[in-house]
Amino acid sequence: MSNAENSNQYSTIVKDGLWDNNGVFSMLLGMCPTMAMTTSATNGFGMGLATAVVMAASSYLVAVFRNQITTEVRIPVYILIVAAMVTLVDLAMNAWMHELYKVLGLFIPLIVSNCLPLARLEAFAAKQPAFPALLDGLFMGLGFTIALTVIGAVREIIGSGTLFADASLLLGNSFKVIEMRLLPADMGVLMMILPPGGFIVTGLLVVVKRVLDLRAGKEIQMAGAHAV
Amino acid sequence: MNATHDSPIAPVAVKPKPYIHGVILFAFCLGFGLVMALTNDVTLDDIAARALEDKQNSLSQVLPDNIHDNNPVLDTLTVRNEEGKEITVYRARKDKQVTGVAYEIFGTGYAGEIRLMMGIDAGGKLLGVRVLAHKETPGLGDKIEVKKGPWIERFTGLSLGNPSIERWKVKKDGGDFDQFAGATITPRGVVAAIRRGQEFYAANKDTLTGSN
Repeated sequence: MSNAENSNQYSTIVKDGLWDNNGVFSMLLGMCPTMAMTTSATNGFGMGLATAVVMAASSYLVAVFRNQITTEVRIPVYILIVAAMVTLVDLAMNAWMHELYKVLGLFIPLIVSNCLPLARLEAFAAKQPAFPALLDGLFMGLGFTIALTVIGAVREIIGSGTLFADASLLLGNSFKVIEMRLLPADMGVLMMILPPGGFIVTGLLVVVKRVLDLRAGKEIQMAGAHAV
Repeated sequence: MNATHDSPIAPVAVKPKPYIHGVILFAFCLGFGLVMALTNDVTLDDIAARALEDKQNSLSQVLPDNIHDNNPVLDTLTVRNEEGKEITVYRARKDKQVTGVAYEIFGTGYAGEIRLMMGIDAGGKLLGVRVLAHKETPGLGDKIEVKKGPWIERFTGLSLGNPSIERWKVKKDGGDFDQFAGATITPRGVVAAIRRGQEFYAANKDTLTGSN
């Protein structure tokens, strides 16, 4: 493959992950953490970042071992790899990034229950060299982060009247400035923080993305039907 | 990795024997198992140290520095509560005299158990209460955490007679303590836990403040 082809493929991977084939808004995968962890923008962002790290690492490993993993045992091996990465991230953060762990620790074990990493391993990493797989895992994860942050922001603004509340707990004190109160306290629509709000906001944002794609003259990608 | 391996027809041409799948799965389990064991080994001491720091931090919030000259984390006592559960009691001492104790209390919230650390002085007055772990709804029930709101600080300085025992409830139940908009069950569970925690102290006062 020439350099031009390579960089072309890489930019497709980046665009697919962030927008065109976004894990949440296009493929509708990873709905369990999406619903559970988007009660605020900060929570969504934290969950997204932890997922991105695990996705990048497991995609890379699956691609490296793709010729050793036989079709028959590939699913257990993928699950093993994702679970191992989650455990490593959990232990390492607990030991060496303890402040961050106290905020994110709650989310990390949930990554195993997310089917987005598994879907990308099966659809992409199993057939690609290590570097594109790493890139795919990373950008699919970042796309997931963006989606969760946006859903979290909408739910938080309508539900609690704040935006990025407690971001300084996650990102450090210098991020105190992005914590905003947009509506007076007690003005929030409680339902938006409860589970129904998650479904309503996610559904509406999927519509928004499709309208934007149609306006731009793009072909709508059906859920999960992504040709690699 | 040789060239034929990457060609698309290779998997069809060489069909591996059935047992090979088991061997492959076993090899991956072994490999990742070893990596995890190694990581566990490397992080074990650091994680234990962090857990101790966390405990020290939560204790220092409910046992003020000026009431003790010992290290309460290391001065512990195990007592069974009325349900038969073993409670580790951390004792604050000044000149060998027990000036206050702290121990974990448990409440039932909206989404399961709420664990709190409660500090109480030798006279039965609350030194402070802090939430250790809970699964309450973010944005609603989590206002019991001190970093999300001052609600939990309200209890400092109170005791079983102040307010009287029948006022140790949320306002909705005819008591003295605020519930949150949209969340009554969480504060109700916390108030009940703190009341029971003080009853535990009253019932075991001699054991807890004894000199050994």
